[in-house]
Amino acid sequence: MNPLERPRRRAAIDAAMACVILLLIVQMWLLTATLESYLAGHHGVAGAAFAVSLSLFLLCGALYVLVMRLDRGRHDAQTPRSTSGPWTIGQP
Amino acid sequence: MKNDEMSDARRAADRRSPSVWEEEFSVDASEDAYVLRRQFTKFLVLTSLGMACGNGWIWLRSLAAKERPTYPELVVAHASELAAGDVRLFSYPGPQDPCILVRRANGTLAAFSQKCTHLSCAVYYAASRDRLECPCHDGYFSPEDGRVLQGPPPRPLPRIRLSRRGDEIVAVGVEQGGEP
Repeated sequence: MNPLERPRRRAAIDAAMACVILLLIVQMWLLTATLESYLAGHHGVAGAAFAVSLSLFLLCGALYVLVMRLDRGRHDAQTPRSTSGPWTIGQP
Repeated sequence: MKNDEMSDARRAADRRSPSVWEEEFSVDASEDAYVLRRQFTKFLVLTSLGMACGNGWIWLRSLAAKERPTYPELVVAHASELAAGDVRLFSYPGPQDPCILVRRANGTLAAFSQKCTHLSCAVYYAASRDRLECPCHDGYFSPEDGRVLQGPPPRPLPRIRLSRRGDEIVAVGVEQGGEP
């Protein structure tokens, strides 16, 4: 495994998580603003807000898949761990 | 001397093979951190799904609200019974919707929902200051159109549409705060 690869991968995971958190903050703001607008009697923005919120969720999902893939790549690149354990005691 | 050599050999063997406790605890600390990170990201994504569902719920509610409900007609008072500065409390359109009817000093009649738009405390009419006041957080509303004069309420009070039928004052509809 390239020694530079692991910190780079870790930075990528951190960046993806930071993006998810940012998107979540935007979604929270959007939800409160939409609710406020709805309660004030302005119903026109609810559809657009829902579309944007759904897009943000899909983006979060995509970033989650990215984190999973990067993490899985890290595990695959690692040296295989010993399979010996309590269940293999006595086996060669 | 021989014992020392044997113990050195045993130590070397121990270094090569994992000790019993390492076999029992098969997840090491760094890997555990990665598992937590994945779980945390999953939690964030589920929260994001919850937000999207919330927005969807508001959208569905707004679709339902576009079809304007038909409000019943309700006689709330008789004009001759109300002197300047008097108020009448009533429920409209449902029994869980408290409202307040006000006759101002200049003789005009106005009715509003009695729930403050901040935290739903009951507002009352302060005749001396000619304004509707919420005692909880000092939110003041204009009795003219229900707009916020001061305090934390974010929206005007919903206004009850009134009509006169002879001496009777009849509630005929509700205008949400901010509606034209």
